[in-house]
Amino acid sequence: MPLLGFIFRRVLQTIPTIAFILVVTFILVRLLPGDPASAMLGDRAIDADVQRINAKLGLDQPIPVQFLYFTKAVFTGDLGNSIGLKLPVIELIERRLPVTLMLTGMAALIALLVAVPLSFVAALNRGGAPDAIIRGTFQIGLSMPVFYVGLVLLTVFAAKLRWFPVGGYGQNFLDDLYHLFLPATTLALSLSAVLMRNLRAAIIGVVGADYVDFARAKGLRARVIMTRHVLRNALISTVTLFGLSIGTLLGGAVITETVFAIPGAGRLMIEAIYGRDYPVIQGLTIALALLVSFTFLLTDIVQAWLDPRVVR
Amino acid sequence: MSAGAVQIAPPAKRRRALPGTLVGAVIVLGASLAMAFFPSLFAPYDPTAFDYNAIMHGPSWAHPFGTDNFGRDMLSRVIHAYRIDMQIAVFATTGPFIFGTIVGALVGYVGGWVEAVFGRVVDAVITFPFLVLVIAIVSVLGPGLRNMYIAVGVVDWVFYARLVSAEVKIQRRLDYADAARGMGYGHMRIIFRHLLPNAITPAVVYLMTDMALAILLGSSLGYLGLGAQPPAAEWGVLIADGKNFMTTAWWVSVFPGIAIVITGLGFSLAGDALADLLRVNR
Amino acid sequence: MTAPSPDRNTAGGGLKVRGLTTTFATPRGLATVVDGINLDVAPGEIVGLVGESGSGKSMTLRSIVRLVREPGKVSGQVEWQGRDLMAMREADLRKVRGAEIAMIFQEPMTALNPVLPVRLQIEENLSAHTTLDRRARRQRALELMNIVGIPAAERRLDEYPHQFSGGMRQRVMIAIALANSPKLLLADEPTTALDVTIQDQILKLILDLRDRFGMSVVFVTHDLGVVAATCDRMAVMYAGRIVETGTVAQVFAEPHHPYTRGLLGSVPRIGAERSMLLSIEGMPPGLIDLPDGCAFHPRCSFATDRCRAERPPLESFAAGREVACFHHQTVAAMAEAA
Repeated sequence: MPLLGFIFRRVLQTIPTIAFILVVTFILVRLLPGDPASAMLGDRAIDADVQRINAKLGLDQPIPVQFLYFTKAVFTGDLGNSIGLKLPVIELIERRLPVTLMLTGMAALIALLVAVPLSFVAALNRGGAPDAIIRGTFQIGLSMPVFYVGLVLLTVFAAKLRWFPVGGYGQNFLDDLYHLFLPATTLALSLSAVLMRNLRAAIIGVVGADYVDFARAKGLRARVIMTRHVLRNALISTVTLFGLSIGTLLGGAVITETVFAIPGAGRLMIEAIYGRDYPVIQGLTIALALLVSFTFLLTDIVQAWLDPRVVR
Repeated sequence: MSAGAVQIAPPAKRRRALPGTLVGAVIVLGASLAMAFFPSLFAPYDPTAFDYNAIMHGPSWAHPFGTDNFGRDMLSRVIHAYRIDMQIAVFATTGPFIFGTIVGALVGYVGGWVEAVFGRVVDAVITFPFLVLVIAIVSVLGPGLRNMYIAVGVVDWVFYARLVSAEVKIQRRLDYADAARGMGYGHMRIIFRHLLPNAITPAVVYLMTDMALAILLGSSLGYLGLGAQPPAAEWGVLIADGKNFMTTAWWVSVFPGIAIVITGLGFSLAGDALADLLRVNR
Repeated sequence: MTAPSPDRNTAGGGLKVRGLTTTFATPRGLATVVDGINLDVAPGEIVGLVGESGSGKSMTLRSIVRLVREPGKVSGQVEWQGRDLMAMREADLRKVRGAEIAMIFQEPMTALNPVLPVRLQIEENLSAHTTLDRRARRQRALELMNIVGIPAAERRLDEYPHQFSGGMRQRVMIAIALANSPKLLLADEPTTALDVTIQDQILKLILDLRDRFGMSVVFVTHDLGVVAATCDRMAVMYAGRIVETGTVAQVFAEPHHPYTRGLLGSVPRIGAERSMLLSIEGMPPGLIDLPDGCAFHPRCSFATDRCRAERPPLESFAAGREVACFHHQTVAAMAEAA
């Protein structure tokens, strides 16, 4: 099975990436003014605590040894304790990250549901009025900051029209969907714009291909031609772009969660920054980077599955 | 003739007088720069002057964009914010553009293991959610524009380097590069005088997109309180100032947002226009 | 090869094309790519459509089943077994395409979808036109692979186009076209992209299939060697129009159009490299501003003032023979003398 071999090689490739993530986050904390222990303990640290932490974290050791300690800690799930909330960082992440995953997942789904049909309409009417309107609208969408879109949607659809809750998170799955609809739409706007632009160009390229003509010569139904032959081929490059956009989406989630007061990992990040809660910042940065690198892995596998030529 | 293409004599060489995108870009960015350099010429009021007789007034002839909760004229505040936001667009991108271009040119020229290592660095850098990393760095260095520039610079150069190295790699194989080597020119001269001018187009086009992104990022950090610090007039800060009055005084937040959108569109148009123009010259 | 009787009755049987015209609106004017083509194909007959690239022969083929893209406009009459394909609703035409009339393209690398396994690309043609269930479709796909002579067919069905060689890919395309036992095969330069030995194998395969299934074939090519080896009758195209028709034997023995004569003059001898059409001076005309009168006159050594002013119609001069030239008798006499 050549696909399995591809997956194996691709998984190996993530090892240096993960090493790099650890190095960067390690350096990040060393950049703090003063020693990390004081920073971790907050402003009112006493010397005894500082020394205890230093010994515990191995901060009295040389830098490379410190890095090994750090790596070991990360792999055992020990990301330290939150200064403000007095809880293990890993526990906070476990509690808050699923909310963010749900939000970004919904956003990605909305973006796809919007981008795929609209890019077909635009591509098949290239140069026409629908194309111009769709492209113009999305160009504007692309120029709007996430917090601004969120604020406008929040005001219009939640505060004024009262169709949606003003913020927060739900009590059960359906309630979550209801609560997250506006924020997910906010987050989906720029992603769908990016996907639309790429997919439109890809569809225009594919529609002119010989194999689409051949499919028509076979007498296939238009729907079959569009899905099996056009969309499938056009999606190949879009899948990669989709993966690359996950980082932007998570960054957008930080802002969206702030605007809509959603208790996710993004809001935790902002709270941690306001509270100078460095262990939380560090832990979240690692977690989100790992999440992105996992998404890259996943989209590469999907791409290989869509395009057998990649595997070889 | 294989595909459904018709073979017709090649069309006359495309020569459009001025692309519409270029006209649009010049108008929008020209006006933006003018307001950034001389805000007082355009602003009807002092952007910081309180007017307790005109608190949270809606748009009117006296105050086209309305006034905020201190009676400050929003039009004047939006105009004065051009200075900081245009500054963000330029300052956040210039460093990465120059550094990334140089690195990219060297990597593309040398190739081999240097290129392989560089590829891994790129892969790794793009796994950090950009905004999350910038926020993390700013939180460590402290809020403010200068630290934001540093944070952006740490990451952003990679994109330029990637574009330029790919392009230099192509140029390096072309005849004129061989000719330059045959003339006995030094490596640096070949890279920067011969290859780079032909390889820089994608980076220049991306610079425009990047400036728009920088404004989005700068205003986002401003909104979160991590970028430009109040009372500085910056669009993100202005929107944050007005966010609590959205239901009663929408104009305080809405107009700065429109300024962001228009400026962003201006940079996008400039990118399209440059892509058009530079491609014709190839 | 038997010469078909000159007064073949194609009604109800084969293909009857009348006044087929395809135009493209371009920024520089209207390009008439196919200009009033008449063509008859009897059941079981192989007709070669010959001409330089750009003469409109591929577009003629596509126009027959209305496979022309925007902004192309097709008009005229295409009678297929008593029905007019031009007047048909798109949904009805879809049932003809791939079932009764199949098409194969020049470049199998681009005509096969690179991301779908060969099996699916064969079976989807069966799903579109038959009620065969999954098992029967698999069975038929395997059978087709064997018919076109692909070894290890069972295994290769699950492979992708890039895993096949050029000749095997063309066989796959033919297998797809044959899926529903079409009565007419439109072959658009199916051997041009292949090397000579593979080319011969594919031609033999097409001939064999004609004999086994009684299929008609319209064979578009610029290669007269292929026409001689394969076709019963031929039509020579120039600048979107047919300039001469006849059985292959007749046309080769006695060309009546100066263009045909030029084409035949450039048929390579055995062993020589195929350098088609080099013996005709000049270039084919652009399709937007065709010369007045006979489109060939700027390149024709027989041209007179009449040729420059008046367009010669395609007229029958003997049984089963047509030509569009005022001086065809002179041309034929010269050919005989030569």
